[in-house]
This record gives sequence, C-alpha cells and structure tokens, in this order.
Amino acid sequence: MNQPETIEETVTGIPNGKLGMWVFLSSEVMLFGGFISSYVVLRTGSGFFPIPAKELLGIPLATLNTFVLITSSVTMVLALDAIQKANQKGLIRNLAITILLGFCFLAIKSYEYPHKWHEGITISSNLFGSFYFTLTGLHGLHVIGGIAFNIYILVNAIKGCYTQDHCERVEYAGLYWHFVDLVWVILFPIFYLL
Amino acid sequence: MKKTYLTVFGTLAVLTLLTVGVSYLHLNRAGAITVALLVAGIKVSLIAAFFMHLKFEKKVIHGIFYTALFFVLILLFLIFPDIGLSQ
Amino acid sequence: MQTEHLESHPETFIRKWIFSLDHKTIGLQYMFTSLIFLLFGFSLVLLMRWQLAYPGSALPLIGYYLPDSIAAGGVMHPAGYNALGAMHGTIMIFLGVVPLGVGAFGNYFLPLQIGAKDMAFPRINMTSYWVYFIGGVLMLASFFVPGGAAQSGWTSYVPLSILSPGQTMWLLAMTFLITSSLLGSINFIVTTLNLRAPGLTWSRLPLFVWAQFVTALLLLFAFPVLQAGAILQLLDRIAKTSFFIPSGLIVGGAPVEYAGGGSALLWQHLFWFLAHPEVYVLLLPAMGIVAEILANGTRKPIFGYKEIAGSFCFIGVLSFMVWAHHMFVSGMKTSLSYLFMTTTMIISVPSVAIITCFLLSLKGASIQFKLPMLFALAFLPMFGIGGLTGLPLGFTPTDVYLHDTYYVIGHFHYVVVTGSLIALMGGIYYWFPKMFGRKMNEFWGKIHFWTTIVFMNGIFFPMFIQGLAGVQRRLYDPTVQAHNLVVQPTNVLMTYSAILLMIAQIPFIVNFFVSIFKGEKTEDNPWQATTLEWACPSPPLPHKNFEKIPTVYKGPYEYNVPGEAKDFSPQHLP
Repeated sequence: MNQPETIEETVTGIPNGKLGMWVFLSSEVMLFGGFISSYVVLRTGSGFFPIPAKELLGIPLATLNTFVLITSSVTMVLALDAIQKANQKGLIRNLAITILLGFCFLAIKSYEYPHKWHEGITISSNLFGSFYFTLTGLHGLHVIGGIAFNIYILVNAIKGCYTQDHCERVEYAGLYWHFVDLVWVILFPIFYLL
Repeated sequence: MKKTYLTVFGTLAVLTLLTVGVSYLHLNRAGAITVALLVAGIKVSLIAAFFMHLKFEKKVIHGIFYTALFFVLILLFLIFPDIGLSQ
Repeated sequence: MQTEHLESHPETFIRKWIFSLDHKTIGLQYMFTSLIFLLFGFSLVLLMRWQLAYPGSALPLIGYYLPDSIAAGGVMHPAGYNALGAMHGTIMIFLGVVPLGVGAFGNYFLPLQIGAKDMAFPRINMTSYWVYFIGGVLMLASFFVPGGAAQSGWTSYVPLSILSPGQTMWLLAMTFLITSSLLGSINFIVTTLNLRAPGLTWSRLPLFVWAQFVTALLLLFAFPVLQAGAILQLLDRIAKTSFFIPSGLIVGGAPVEYAGGGSALLWQHLFWFLAHPEVYVLLLPAMGIVAEILANGTRKPIFGYKEIAGSFCFIGVLSFMVWAHHMFVSGMKTSLSYLFMTTTMIISVPSVAIITCFLLSLKGASIQFKLPMLFALAFLPMFGIGGLTGLPLGFTPTDVYLHDTYYVIGHFHYVVVTGSLIALMGGIYYWFPKMFGRKMNEFWGKIHFWTTIVFMNGIFFPMFIQGLAGVQRRLYDPTVQAHNLVVQPTNVLMTYSAILLMIAQIPFIVNFFVSIFKGEKTEDNPWQATTLEWACPSPPLPHKNFEKIPTVYKGPYEYNVPGEAKDFSPQHLP
C-alpha cells in the first residue's frame, strides 16, 4: 500500500484515481449545492428567518479563518509543485504547514462555536442558527477528513514513497483539500457578510 | 508555476479583504449580494482553475464537473420561484 | 497491479466469498441480497393486501406471529399498515430493484462487456456492497426498535415524518444506502470511461453499458441532494432544527416545540429531485437488458442503435428537470406547474422512441422464442401500459383528479414491476449460463414466465379501475368510504392474484438453486451472442475475466451480416 501504484494505461489518459476524485467532487458539488440551495430559498422565502446583528457574527475572526484556509491551499499546491521538481524536503515542509493550518482553522472554529452559543445562536434557535451550524459543521467534518488524508500523505512522504514521477496521491489529496477551501469561500460571504 | 500560485494567492487575499470591506459599507441589498457573489465566484474560479489545475485538465473532467454545477443551478432556479419568492 | 497481486495467492474462503474484491463475486452478492429483499418486500405487501381485501379480519396462518407494532391479536392496525406500506416502497426500490439492476447486473456485466479485468476501484466496490448491506440491515432492524418502522411512506413527507416514530432509523439506513450508491456510481463512471478494451469506441458500446453509464451519472448527481435533504430531516428530528417545520404548526391541538419558519414543500422538492431520476435508475438498466436480449433473440442488429443511446442520454439530462410533476397538487406555484408539465411531455418522447426502436427491431425477424426473449418481449407491451398511463398524470388537469389514487399506484407498478422487474428476471435467465456455466431449466422457466405475467396483471390492472373510481392510496380500510364499496370485489381479486404471484415464484427459486448445481452445462457462448462477455469462459476467470484482453473490431449487434458463414459475428473477432 505504501508503494505508489503504477499507473496503468487508461482510455482517457487520466489516471483512475484522479478521474475518480473529480467524479467524487462532482457529487460533493451536488451535496453542498442541495444545502446551499435550501439555505438560499428559505433565507429569501421564509417568514421567520432572523439574521443576527453583524457584531454578533465575529466577522474579523471568520476573515482570519478564510486567510488560514487559502494559505493552507497555497501551501498544499506548493507541496505538489515541490515533489514535481523532486524536492522531497519542500514536499514535507509544505504538507506539514498545510496540516498545521488545517488544525488552526478547526481551533478558531471551536472558539467560535461556544461564543455563538453564548450569544443565543444555537442549532435550534432559529433557521439562521440551524443552517449556520449544519453547514459549517458539515464543512468542518470535511476539513477533518482532509486533514486525515493529508496526514496519511505526510507519513508516506516522510517514508519517501513519492518521487517526481509517482506523486499522484499528493495531487488527489490536494484536489480534496482545495475543494474544502472552495466550499468555505462560498460559505463565508453567505453566512457572515450578507 | 510557483510564481503563478503566489500571484493567485495574492489575488485571493486582496479579494477577501475587498469583500469584507464592502460588507461594512452598508450597500443596498441587491448591491451587497452582487458584490459578495461576484467576488466569491472569482475566488472559486481561481482556486479551481489554478490550484486544482482545472484549467489544464481534459474535457472529460470539465464535462462531469460542469454538469454538476449545471444541475445545482437547475435545482436552485427551479425551487427558487416556488419557495424563495413566497414572502 | 492489484489483480496480479491477488492472483498469485490462493484465497481464503472469507477473501473469496465475503470480502471479495472481484466484481463478479460482488455482483453475485448484490444479486442474492437484492433478491432476498425483493421477496421480503413482496411478502410485506401480501399482509397489506389481506387487510385491503378483508378489512379488520385476522390474518390467516401468520397473523399471531407478527410483532405488536404491526398487528394486535392477528388483526393489522393502522400504524402497522402504514409501516408496512412505507417499508414495502423503500425496500422494493432502494434495496431490491436498484441493487439488482445496478449493483448486481452492472457490477457483473459492465466490466465484462467493456473487456476490463475488473472495476477501476475494487476496494471501493467491496465497500459499496457492505455499506449497502448495513443499510439494509438497519432498515430491517427498524421493525424491532421501539416505535416500529417508518410510517410516512417511502416519500417521507414532512412534517408528518418528522413527528412520527420510526423515522430516525429510516433516515440512518438511507444515509448508508445513498453512500453505497455514490461509491458504486463513481466506480461505474470511471470504469466505463477509463477501462474499455482497445477498439471499443462509444459507438461500439453495447446498449447495456450505455444504460449503466447514464444510470451511474443519474445516481451521482441526484443522490447527494437527497442526502442533503435526509441530513436536514434527521437534524429536524434529533437537533430540533426547523428546516421543514413551518411557523405556527399545531399538532393534536398543541403548537409544536420548534422555532418554525421552515418549508414543508422544500422537502418535497429535494426528495423528488432525487426520486424522479431514480425512476430512470429503475428503468434504464432494464431497457439495456431488453436491448441485449432483443438483438440476440431476433438475430439482427437492433433498430436505431444511435437513437436508443441518444435517447438514454437525453432522458438522463431531462430527468433532472421534471421532478415537480409529482407535486402538482402540493400547493406549488401554478406557473411552475406549466413548466414541469411541458418538460414532462418532452421526456416522454425519448422513452417512446426507445420502445419504438425495440418494436421495429422485431420487424422481419425470425424470432427465437427462448426464455430470456419471452421476458424481453413481455417488457414491451407491459412497459407500454405503464408509460402511457403516466401521461394523464403529467397533465395538471387530469392529475388533479387522479393524484393519490390507486391509478398512480397502478401506473408505477406497471413501469417498475411488469416493466423493470420482468426485464431483470429476463436478465437472470439470459446471463445465468455466464454466471454459473449452466443453464436454467426451460420448462420451469416458461411456467414461471406465464404465471408471473398473468398474476402481475391480475394485481395491477384493477388498480386503474379503482383509481378511476376514486379509491385513494394509503387507505387502511377502503370500506369506510361508500364510493369505494363498488370496486371492493376487485380488491379480493388483487389479493388472490398477489398470493398466486408469490406461489408462482417458487418454480423460479427452485429452478435457480437447482440449476446452479445440477443445471445443464453449457459452452461459453450458449446464445451465440456477439458482445464481449461471451468471449470469456463461463464463469469468467477470477480477478482477470479474460485469458487475454480482447480487441474490438466492430459494433455490438452484428447478427446475420451478409457474406459471413455464421449468423453472428462477435465483437472481438476481426
């Protein structure tokens, strides 16, 4: 399992893993699409959808979190860039930073959640709270999944499993991680700024 | 490539600051939504195109991914008139 | 690499039959499990049918053995009837027909027909089966938890489903089933795109593969939306959110303890966004099988290959834009009804095109009435009835009258049972020699076929009459409404047809198991068919299928090519 798989010739020329990852991400688009569509239609159409005051939402902290996540995204892509140039150290360093930033995101979130509860915004308080905690919670689960995937890649990277020509799994982990980032980029304005 | 990634990163950072800044201007509802969604759209496209290398991928991947986006839009735009406009 | 590694080691029993990575074993696992679920789901409806024919009388023989959540003192009570109805729908669709059409036939024959060694991701394939299995077990277990099984129909309309007992288990089980379908569909899509044999271009793909590919795309794009809906409904139940609970909802004279503001219609939209594509998930694999059998039984190329493949794709795209025709009387905006009425009429065009092509394939053919061919031929008129009776439901003026009557039940049972299920049974007879190297008994197969067709019509045709007479669906006791009494005798007819249909399956079950061990041995290509699955041994070699990956030289249905010595010309021969 630790040896990189040899990539068989495929009809499309795209490795199975990569195509599979994109197909999976397409289904994730539909999943989040279903949630976000529900949010949008209820937000505009519901007769009872109170929006908390901006001060209660903690925009500065959420902005910081956005920065954390896009920075982690760039370090992830730099990790892939490093191994494609046969730079093992660069791969390990950038992956480690990515994982660290992922934990950082979760830490800020776990500070934010009790803060919101304290202000009376809970999952059952009203529709805003319900959607906020459901969607950010689901995104948080995806972050945890992404961190786990990245740690698996990091362990293998330290063992030296990836080479310039065999770094597909780094790319797959990257695709997933960027997607998590991408979802946050949409969630951030619709929950905090609008 | 490294330079491209850092440029994209810089753009993302500026756009984030921009959208947060605009939100404090108290634009009218339509204006605020337009700006926020436009900025989010640009950011999403940048991440997908460069970080996920979608720009350089083959047509099969484009086909599947864009089909998903298309169906999400179908879902949103066909439910919206029914529930979103009920008030 | 995976496969070579496995070939070099003898496999333990567990590796070979339980946690197998071989798509053929997984296909068989799906087949046996889904057939058992089909039988179970069918027996649930027998209990319901007894109640409908003789309301309030004790169930004979088994009444006293039923759990209290369904029947008290041998007599079914309303909550039990509702639970049986909900579970019958759920089990038949999500645990029976789809896993049989997609999980079993898709897993077994898609890689064979495209000349692949296995699926693209064998481990994900195995996970998909076991996640499905867990979902099925949870669904069955829900009968035995406090409060009993889900009682809100397979559609689980809110807010009833949120407030009634048993629904949590249903939602959990559905989450597993959805995950399983997603894993499966990713596998199917990547396999079809990436692992086709050399020379197997899109215009040479067998129609069964086309059908499976479109089906996998439908599952991929539609199921996550139900997943979203199911998670929202689950949170409404366990975390007191109010996504689907409207403001000011009063139940039993008291306001519910929810913040409110949600929309009950939103659930219907999310549900039918999945469930309409799901109808085509039930149907397309069946159509693919019928195409295979028809070409083989008529001994000539299928009429309009490109048109059929194109229609599959067109149905695939359009099926995402018709869902709200299930909601015409839900209080949805009437302006939207016009849109959905139009798209619904448009989507009937490709279905009719497919059936027309199938019918034209029969023209001028010297048809060989072998067993699978009987089922494929029966599919055409039976699906025709099912499809055409759907049209009045797609028009708002007629739907207002027919909605939620037995007419609807008759319509979709004609589509799914006499349509899909008959085709899938034909598929079992057709591919049995490939799966086990032996043939099923022809005589008992014919008995099974004719009795099944007669009794199925005996159950479902009276439903149209009842529906037009105004009998509502989901009625525990039809005799409480005076206008139903006129057609009450048909309920007795349907009940006895259902019992006889169950008895008619005995020859099939016995034939199936006896044939596995004692059936007449066959050669690799007993039907003299052309597609690639017949180019490998019967049963195919474990973990690699073919001695050598075949190269494809021609289209899938080259029968009776002028100038050839034999009346069939396999794809892998130049």
